[in-house]
Amino acid sequence: MNILTQLSKFLFVFLIILFTLKDYTYLGRRNEAKKRTILKNQIQILFGMEILGYLLIFLNTKDLLTLALLGGILVYFGVTIGCFHLMYARSSMLLVNNMLMLLGIGFLMIGRLDLKQAIKQFVIAAGGTVIALIIPVIIRKLKALSHWTWFYAIVGIVALLGVLALATVSGGAKLSLSVGGVTIQFSELVKITLVFFLASKLARDSSFKSVITATVVAAIHVGILVLSTDLGTALVFFVAYIVMVFVATRKAVWPLAGLGGGVLAAIAAYFLFGHVRQRVVAWKDPFAVYDTSGYQIAQGLFAIGAGGWFGTGLFLGRPDTIPVATKDFIFAAICEEFGGIFGICLILICMSMFILIVNISMLIRNRFYKLIALGLGTEYAFQVFLTIGGVTKFIPMTGITLPLVSYGGSSVISTIVMLAIIQGLYLLREDEGEEYLEIHR
Amino acid sequence: MRYTGDPEDHTKEKIGSDVRNILKGKDVRQDTAPLPDLDDPEFDPDYERSSAQGSGGSPGGSFTEGGRKKKKRGAAYIFVSYAFVLIFLLLVAHLIYFNVKLKDDIQNSPFNKRQNSAAEYIIRGKIKSGDGETLAETEMDEDGHERRVYPKGRVYAHVVGYDSHGKSGIESRTNYQLLTSHSNPLDQIINEFKGEKNPGDTVVTTLDSSLQKVAYEALGDYRGAIVALDPETGAIRAMVSKPDFDPNEIADAWDSITADSSNSQLLNRATQGLYAPGSTFKIVTALTYYRKYGSFSGFHYTCTGALPIKKTTVHCYGGEAHGELDLPGAFAHSCNTSFSKIGLDVGTKRLTDTADSLLFGQKLPSAVATTKSQWHLEKGASDDDLVQTAFGQGRTLTTPYHMALIVSAIANKGVLMKPNLIDHVENDAGVLVSQSKARRERQLLSAKEAEALDGLLQEVVKSGTGRALADRGYQAGGKTGSADYNKADGTPGTHSWFVGYGQKDGKKLVLAVLAEDGGAGSSTAVPMAGRLFDHYFGS
Repeated sequence: MNILTQLSKFLFVFLIILFTLKDYTYLGRRNEAKKRTILKNQIQILFGMEILGYLLIFLNTKDLLTLALLGGILVYFGVTIGCFHLMYARSSMLLVNNMLMLLGIGFLMIGRLDLKQAIKQFVIAAGGTVIALIIPVIIRKLKALSHWTWFYAIVGIVALLGVLALATVSGGAKLSLSVGGVTIQFSELVKITLVFFLASKLARDSSFKSVITATVVAAIHVGILVLSTDLGTALVFFVAYIVMVFVATRKAVWPLAGLGGGVLAAIAAYFLFGHVRQRVVAWKDPFAVYDTSGYQIAQGLFAIGAGGWFGTGLFLGRPDTIPVATKDFIFAAICEEFGGIFGICLILICMSMFILIVNISMLIRNRFYKLIALGLGTEYAFQVFLTIGGVTKFIPMTGITLPLVSYGGSSVISTIVMLAIIQGLYLLREDEGEEYLEIHR
Repeated sequence: MRYTGDPEDHTKEKIGSDVRNILKGKDVRQDTAPLPDLDDPEFDPDYERSSAQGSGGSPGGSFTEGGRKKKKRGAAYIFVSYAFVLIFLLLVAHLIYFNVKLKDDIQNSPFNKRQNSAAEYIIRGKIKSGDGETLAETEMDEDGHERRVYPKGRVYAHVVGYDSHGKSGIESRTNYQLLTSHSNPLDQIINEFKGEKNPGDTVVTTLDSSLQKVAYEALGDYRGAIVALDPETGAIRAMVSKPDFDPNEIADAWDSITADSSNSQLLNRATQGLYAPGSTFKIVTALTYYRKYGSFSGFHYTCTGALPIKKTTVHCYGGEAHGELDLPGAFAHSCNTSFSKIGLDVGTKRLTDTADSLLFGQKLPSAVATTKSQWHLEKGASDDDLVQTAFGQGRTLTTPYHMALIVSAIANKGVLMKPNLIDHVENDAGVLVSQSKARRERQLLSAKEAEALDGLLQEVVKSGTGRALADRGYQAGGKTGSADYNKADGTPGTHSWFVGYGQKDGKKLVLAVLAEDGGAGSSTAVPMAGRLFDHYFGS
């Protein structure tokens, strides 16, 4: 058993390295046939990793449910790939592959830690994907999306105020609302509405006045989140805002002023809010405050340290000792049992995902859609940075999940939807190209 | 990195210059003529064409212009994507740095309970002295129960530590190595199939078992501590603390030991016991004088046995009047009034600077848990406080280990070597796994300062309070101390100190000896040091 696990851990590392390399070779290839081979290989790796992982989980837990879940996951992967292929022949399959790989890594780690959560995650991801399949159609049909500027702003602020009310009532502990057994994290929804607001505001008019309006609305968003102690999301919003204003105005003054303001706000927050201070203290020396705020970070570091380069192998580490191992600290759990090299590949896959999104946004001509793609991509990239940086003690922990990998319904759905929107924009651009050709034929 | 099918990546030079313009805050749009707005938020493929015509060009011409404009916008996108690629790569770099540099510290952190899970499939390895004596090993009884055994019992209680109710000493510091197995891979696979545990690695310490035994016996029934180390390599040769405990019985005796607060048996007094340095602190004061004047030759003083300061009067030990003295003489006879004069001469600032440079109040490099020395001489301190500190009776507190480190730097041309307790790690069959090397920690004082202080230390043995160490077949230098303190019952007592070094045939040993309530340094600590030196240098 032990030997099997030991051997499999090298196989996992090998597979993920291969997958990551394919990601980047794809980005450089132009030959369509070669691209198709790459995509096919990636799908093989994806299936191989999931099967290997779940067989190990089954051998360790002797729970038949794991095999059922494995079956479900494989069917889900197959159907998702098939649907995108059939419904949107020209969608970016690399984006789909990466999305499924990240979900797959999540399924493995969550399944090893807590099968019930894995099943829930699986159901939610499958549901989210169904929604995702319709989104490109909506994007194509609803041409008025860019007109609803203030609708996005109002939805965002109202949803966040709801979160704040909850946080105030529960003393900062609750940032989500339970409706009939389903917890909804509003800030995940607002991630999308804020980007839509900024895109529609700035695409039409990037004058000083317009930027100021956008700034005020974005500041309200960020401010509410800071008050409701959701620092991670607040930062994600802030960075998305800066990037979008910069790209829309193409003036470096804005991001610089924004960064300056951000630094001042961060310093003010440090002195004003106890929870901000706590995070910084725990980051500087988690062992000095080991019994309180440093405990989580310390456990995460122990896990990453125990994993080393190749990991301990599934079930041979103690990721169960990390608090919130399936959510905020999933990266530490992955580094422990799958190893540091696997962790590095995971970062690189997230990076390729981001590059892909920027790529798509550059190919789109329509300014509104361009900004949306870049805004969503920025949110994704920065969230990855915050969570992995926080877990590895590179930056203070902000309490945010790793998109698609971490357990969490709202986060998974919103990320899948975000990717579907980008997919829809990608298809639009293909339309653009087609119609353009028709006109100039 | 290239972007798929992007028509714009043929124009890198242009984009590069645009990125620079953007960084300079220029609006890149400004350097081209007004263009049709391709960027209307509405999705309207016809719009491009119609507005292009509106600007007066041919459809083809406007398309190129439009293309050019897109490149400019592309610059901002590329800039953003590079910025994010950079932060992703920073994450990767940090993770690599963590695995290369920080991992060992994290794994050996005393908070880290994680390796204990390795105990499920690894038998905790042995701890040995440098000369091969077993100091700790795990035995199995017939039922397969494991028991940690310490064959030398109390002698190594503090330095080797225990592995029950938490961990201490080397047991704690090398927990990871002890629970890692580098035994023959084939054997490991066989054990795996048999369902047996693999043997963990053996940690071989730098401790010298015979010297440790002599130190343990020399301290006798005194409470206190002895530290012995090689100043040229930083290897710790002996470390004893009393009162002690039997690590073999710690599991059963835990409650009674921890309840006994008056003895603090678990405290390693060598590294964690805080004591007034007494006259051993005169090393620091003398160094401050040397740093101010560049030599000791300018100091002359006539000691009458007492010196009134402001509110207090300083007395020499036993009220003795030392008469006319130069600095080496004052040091050798440990004249308090002379050093009060020196303290007043150099002042608070200089004394504090020197103490700082010798690591007072700072974390000490160490392989086992240590306590920082405490430095209490604030800016604007009264002359009374200043002179008390200058001859070692102020509120300054230090550990025997810290004083040993200071002397080891003096005995090694001013360089403090990284103190080391672990010589190497080997697998259960004795095959080397990792070897620790002598590393330079830092230069505490200059070679010239070290030489000057060495002269003072030698003078103590030649003509002063350490005369008992003269003519014993090796060369020695050191400083005694008699630190007054108040006992728990309020009556006055005196801790007996000796810090110094011996050398013979290129072999050096630094000692710090502290006997609680042992009286004058020369009467208790010096003879103890003598026994250790005699043994070590083989006389």
